[in-house]
Amino acid sequence: MTEALTLALVGLLMALAVWTLVARDTFAAVAGFVPYGLLLTLAWLQLRAVDVAMTEAAIGAGLTGVLLIAAASRLRSTEAPAWAERPGVLTRVLAAIVSAAVAAAVGAGVLLLPDPAPTLAPAVAQNIASTGVGNPITAVLMSFRAMDTLLEAIVLLLGLVGIWSLAPDRFWGGRPGPAPTEDPNGILGYLARVLPPIGIVVGVYILWVGADHPGGKFQGATVLAAMWLLVMLAGLSDAPAVDRRWVRIALAGGPAVFIAIGLLGAGVAGAFLGYPEGLAKPLIVVVEAALLPSLAVTLALLLAGPPRREGGGK
Amino acid sequence: MNTPTLLGLCAAVLVGLGLYGLIVSPHPLRKIMAFNVMGNGIFLVCAVIARRGAGAGMGGDPVPQALLITALVVAFAASALAVALVLRLFEETGSTSLTAQAAAPQPAVAEGEV
Amino acid sequence: MPTSVPVDLTTTGGLLLVFAVLLPFVGLMLGFVLGGRRAQQVAWATIGLGVVLVAAIAHQLWVSGDALVYLLGGWAPPLGVTLRADGLSVCMMVLVMVVVIGIGVYANGDFGTPDGMREKRGALTFWLLLLAVWGSLNLVFVSGDVFTLYVALELLTFAGVPLVSLDGRGETLQAALRYLIYALAGSMFYLLGVFLLYGAYGTLDIALLAQRVGAEPVAWGAAALMTAGLLAKTALFPLHLWLPPAHAGAPAAASALLSALVIKGAWFLVVRLWVDVFPGVVTLPSAQLLGALGAAAILVGNVVALRQARLKLLIAYSTVAQIGYLFLMFPLVAGLDAAQMNSASAVTGGLLQAVSHATAKAAMFMAAGLIYATLGHDRTADLRGAGRALPMTMAAFALAGASLIGLPPSGGFLAKWLLLSAAIATAQWWWVAVMLVGGLLTSAYVFMVVVRAMAPPALGWVPKVQVPRYQQGAVLALALCSFLLGLAALLPFDVAQIGRGVLLSSGAR
Repeated sequence: MTEALTLALVGLLMALAVWTLVARDTFAAVAGFVPYGLLLTLAWLQLRAVDVAMTEAAIGAGLTGVLLIAAASRLRSTEAPAWAERPGVLTRVLAAIVSAAVAAAVGAGVLLLPDPAPTLAPAVAQNIASTGVGNPITAVLMSFRAMDTLLEAIVLLLGLVGIWSLAPDRFWGGRPGPAPTEDPNGILGYLARVLPPIGIVVGVYILWVGADHPGGKFQGATVLAAMWLLVMLAGLSDAPAVDRRWVRIALAGGPAVFIAIGLLGAGVAGAFLGYPEGLAKPLIVVVEAALLPSLAVTLALLLAGPPRREGGGK
Repeated sequence: MNTPTLLGLCAAVLVGLGLYGLIVSPHPLRKIMAFNVMGNGIFLVCAVIARRGAGAGMGGDPVPQALLITALVVAFAASALAVALVLRLFEETGSTSLTAQAAAPQPAVAEGEV
Repeated sequence: MPTSVPVDLTTTGGLLLVFAVLLPFVGLMLGFVLGGRRAQQVAWATIGLGVVLVAAIAHQLWVSGDALVYLLGGWAPPLGVTLRADGLSVCMMVLVMVVVIGIGVYANGDFGTPDGMREKRGALTFWLLLLAVWGSLNLVFVSGDVFTLYVALELLTFAGVPLVSLDGRGETLQAALRYLIYALAGSMFYLLGVFLLYGAYGTLDIALLAQRVGAEPVAWGAAALMTAGLLAKTALFPLHLWLPPAHAGAPAAASALLSALVIKGAWFLVVRLWVDVFPGVVTLPSAQLLGALGAAAILVGNVVALRQARLKLLIAYSTVAQIGYLFLMFPLVAGLDAAQMNSASAVTGGLLQAVSHATAKAAMFMAAGLIYATLGHDRTADLRGAGRALPMTMAAFALAGASLIGLPPSGGFLAKWLLLSAAIATAQWWWVAVMLVGGLLTSAYVFMVVVRAMAPPALGWVPKVQVPRYQQGAVLALALCSFLLGLAALLPFDVAQIGRGVLLSSGAR
């Protein structure tokens, strides 16, 4: 039974992937990309990766979809010139050969993976008790491989600095995104007034429950970011200017707290990012609580792009 | 052929399709989309590996799943930077072409220099 | 605690490695929050602390005679992540420190925030990205886990790409986008290799992988994918097309940072993988292929450089060529291993090539920036007068060029000497020919630039701008570092080999 479902899933995934490739109009291709992302969520579920499925739905399909749709709608006039620059037959044949070779290598790799597969699941199960959390993925992200999570938060911040640096000099310190033109009393304004309180509760809940069940700060932060983006899109609040001190503190605060607690661990527990006996769960909660608003602001601003208009006085 | 293997082969096809699109598409936004397709294929490979590592009461090996979450978020940040570059390029030059412009790039005049 | 492999216990001073990785990023966050001209001050404070840190790490390495290891969170591999610094890592960390200081001094002139302005986009971005490049490279050098290295590569990409488009012109935005696409494709290939390695061997730790990896198809596939991805990021022929416009279009200090340091990160990873993780997996023919690509890079890069009308493009194509030298070490190492001889000299040769190229290329790009400021242009046909107006700078350019050509006593000479000896010892004569031809071609364009610059200027010509002495001093200092590096041959030990005996003895052979 699941085989049939998987076969259908695979068929649809490949059809949509081909669609994003061959669709003549970029906007149509992007329109195929979003359901492709949602189908991937089902694929993760088929592979029993629930946390990953939530992250894919939130970030892979959701935020990336919004990003691409917004860009495609602004770049409509570049369709024709781009189509005229299509590479010749020779390039396409070479590219097809290279792609087929890589695909074959990946396929062979998948088929040749050893059986029984080496796994760290028993090691995680053995050591999870000392981390105080029940969700093994949270344990890996926040304890065993906490350095990767810290570095990832820094990567996001660095990406945002890079995006902001693209602004024209005259708009530096200004606000990203177009000026709000929506009617604050229209349907979008209505949604932006009703949904965010629910969204905030959902986001915080996802963070909270991520300690012992599927969930976590990335998924929760995405919901919060989406709520803020909705409010900005509806014109109820303007995007923040990038030179405001509170924006910068909000962005850097999460990783800073993470590093501080890591250093605390170095002093008290004998290892950077180690947790003292019995204090693991509370400290992890503190770090996640500090990271949640930082991540939400970062994700929303990554979508908003570089400053495009004046920021007004300080 | 069980589910993980089937999805693993699907992942291989996605990687190939994404790579083809990345090389061949002239429009940068399509290249970014193809990059995401290729990335998702690679993530699928990792999820297959995680599923094969099920044990100790878990449905899948949690370490690769944690790696996947990190990689998904980093890929989004990369897409955001790439899209921001494409949009700025369009604003600056009116085109998103990646082929060499008519004039070779002039060296930048750094701030402070005349 | 899970049982640990003896090689992975935290050593004394291991915590210094954590600081070495995080200090630049803490500086970045602080500078980001404080903003404005304080970002530059924070950057300098961070660099000051960094010097102390690197000195401490080097001292600890020297005293203990073994690699520094740190178990993050107290978890040992395969579950946890380790940081590991051997002689190779510490040499690269010292190199990055020296070049960052040189570029920082130069950039004080170009990227200071003018009075009266609260915050300038270009200045703030440059100082933050300088710190980011430094921190990402430190992470690349000391990370002992292949997935953490993926995150480090992404950090390096995010730090390097905005440097290309720092001035916001259309061409540089285009060059930055092209660079980003190549770099992201490269990261994805590398990540695929990481996943395959985990699927086959159940660990992401470099030391454990070295023990478990065997000569089988999955390992070959992973090695090929990871190497291909890294070659795109280090711009080895034929994946070099993004580099010249990107490095030539950036402001001088940013070009120096990109050419000297950013591309070395990916190269270092190839070395780490080929020499430490995959020695039993990579075959001599594949190493020869890598060397052949390097030879092609040397020939193509130098020939195209000769034909460039603009100085910065000439220097950028010279970078493409010099990267080729960095990849000549692989067939030499493989050849020495196959002949049961010690391959340490070839590894040291590659390391010296990287160090001397980094310092020389940084000096060259910054010299080009000063020439542009003085002349108002950088056309190679009209460089006359530059020598009279900027004697220190032209001397620096000549010294840096001498190192790239390989004249004694420069680091480039010592590096090529070691590589040539290895080539002769393994009877791989074709690399000798390649290196000699490369040296000849490099000398052609170096002499051309220097001779044209020394020509007297037109009557009544005055420099457009009087560049400050300290900028010229920074350029000269870096060029001297490269030129005098050959004196390292006088050192009685092989710094690059400290701490690597453990990995070599546990590697699958």
